Amino acid sequence: MSAEAKQQYQASLNRVLDAIKLKEPDMVPLIPVVEAFPYYYAGITIQEGMYDYHKAAAALDKFYADFHPDLGWDPVLMYPGKVMELLDMKWFQWPGRGIDDPNSMYQYIEREYMTEDEYDELLHDPTHFIQSKWLPRSFGALDGLKYLALRDSIWFGFFNTFPAFGRKEVQDSLQTLFKFAEEMNKWYAFLGEYDQRMENEFGVPLAYGAWGYAPFDWLGDTLRGTVPILRDIRERPDKLLAAVEMFTPIAIEASINGAKATGRPFVWVWLHKGVDQLMSKEQFGKFYWPSLRRYIEKLVDAGLTPFIYVEGSYRKRLDFLREVPRGKVVYDFEDMDMFEAKKVLGDVACIAGNVPNTLLSYGTPEEVEEYCKKLIDVCAPGGGFMMDTAAMVDDAKPENMQAMFKVTREYGVYRK
Amino acid sequence: MMLDDIKDALIEGNKEKVKTCVRQALDAGLAPSAIINDGLISGMQVIGARFRNEEIFMPEVLVAASAMQAGMDLVKPLLIGDVEVASRGTVLMGTVKGDLHDIGKNLVIIMLQGSGFNVIDLGVDASAEKFVEAVKQHRPQVVGLSALLTTTMAQMKRTVEALKQSGVKVMIGGAPITRKFAADIGADGYALDAVTAVDLTRELLGLS
Repeated sequence: MSAEAKQQYQASLNRVLDAIKLKEPDMVPLIPVVEAFPYYYAGITIQEGMYDYHKAAAALDKFYADFHPDLGWDPVLMYPGKVMELLDMKWFQWPGRGIDDPNSMYQYIEREYMTEDEYDELLHDPTHFIQSKWLPRSFGALDGLKYLALRDSIWFGFFNTFPAFGRKEVQDSLQTLFKFAEEMNKWYAFLGEYDQRMENEFGVPLAYGAWGYAPFDWLGDTLRGTVPILRDIRERPDKLLAAVEMFTPIAIEASINGAKATGRPFVWVWLHKGVDQLMSKEQFGKFYWPSLRRYIEKLVDAGLTPFIYVEGSYRKRLDFLREVPRGKVVYDFEDMDMFEAKKVLGDVACIAGNVPNTLLSYGTPEEVEEYCKKLIDVCAPGGGFMMDTAAMVDDAKPENMQAMFKVTREYGVYRK
Repeated sequence: MMLDDIKDALIEGNKEKVKTCVRQALDAGLAPSAIINDGLISGMQVIGARFRNEEIFMPEVLVAASAMQAGMDLVKPLLIGDVEVASRGTVLMGTVKGDLHDIGKNLVIIMLQGSGFNVIDLGVDASAEKFVEAVKQHRPQVVGLSALLTTTMAQMKRTVEALKQSGVKVMIGGAPITRKFAADIGADGYALDAVTAVDLTRELLGLS
């Protein structure tokens, strides 16, 4: 590690940690979540980034040579195309499978992967439901898993359950999983190497240690889908609540284990279905927030820092968001009145985000600068604020990203 | 009276009750068009108004819409020749080229259908040419364009330009879209959410 990179790394990390603790750092931390931006910026296609790890690394090299954020992203958000292809993953389309334009970002395809009459089955035995229904529906190549029912294997039950491994469909699916694991481990090794590089050569701390989702979203995003789960709120509220309840410890365990595996404490939690437009305050308070709050508390108890990445509008949810341990949580907003957020949350949690992506894609550097200055004026005093974009950045104009970096570094200074 | 029962059941979001009431009304010899206009659609108008006033939210709207659909399924087969019901207007909806997201578009479609509009769904990843072609074929009064990505917003501009000659009104919406963007690309309107999209459709058609 060069002395300069080491110093930069430490300064950036301290800045972020101070902001989380609601103290004033030396300057406003700058933590843009860049998704496709570095790849567009470096002039490689998304398809290249998803299929050629070395090209992805070279693109990020170019980005980090020119931009110095206080938290950075390795190529983790450029999911490995080959691995997803191997599994015949259904809930994404990307250039290479389903999207013709090599320069288009991958996209999520929402469907009902669990029907309304399957709640009882899920609640009865979630592991079996996931293995025999959700996995085969989500990954075409794992269709054979539907023939396995290992919960019946106890005592001489295995006489009946193990022979299923002789079926060709099961064997094909297991073979695919072996291949998947090899390829996936290569990708993880690649990410690990890149993380070292970010730290040692560019002096940028890695933004994430693990992921997480609100328990309600666990059900809403991948099992039921938006419209079905909103109907469930009215048509089968008890079952919905029971399922959310059931997923809460699973969500907690997954994030804590994820952070343990990497040894890094920042857990990024992507929120989706609890937005202002989709449910009332009362419904949010009953179906969405209690489990999310418990999830946040358990993560904090485990010594982790939840970065709650609030996608969409949360203007009517601020009172709920106060109910978390002080100085331990980051709320990264998309559509928010940041002045109000500072007023309501300022003494409880660090706030971030809100620089509109549309402005970064279609505005001018002057407009970006003006927006960021306003954010700094309103949110920075007293600490507890980090500069970030509203949503993950794909196709911003480079000069607009440069303007955001420049104004944050020059204007967002607490002390020299 | 029977029409009020249909309306009330729909406002409650009670699908089974809507079906029962519609069957009763049909048995009693009420006109299918009256059941639709003064029962089902007038119930959805109450739902729309309550949503705008923030008395109810999306879950209530969606169960009402599905109750509406269940009622329509019973009445529609009897509508042969009774065309004035469908004449509220036709809306062509689609997600623009390069964009595969359909949650927002589908919410708008549910609401438009619930409000008595005939909707043609072009699906996702629909090119400007495809929109132009569909406008020729279906003759809608309004076209709705959806996009979730900043990268596909540019396709909206192309599509709006391609549709200009046809004289059809175009509204746009989606997470990154702003009123200003809509004005800049020459769209006729911008809708923030599904209910606003219905209001905007009415406005563009000059309906009260």
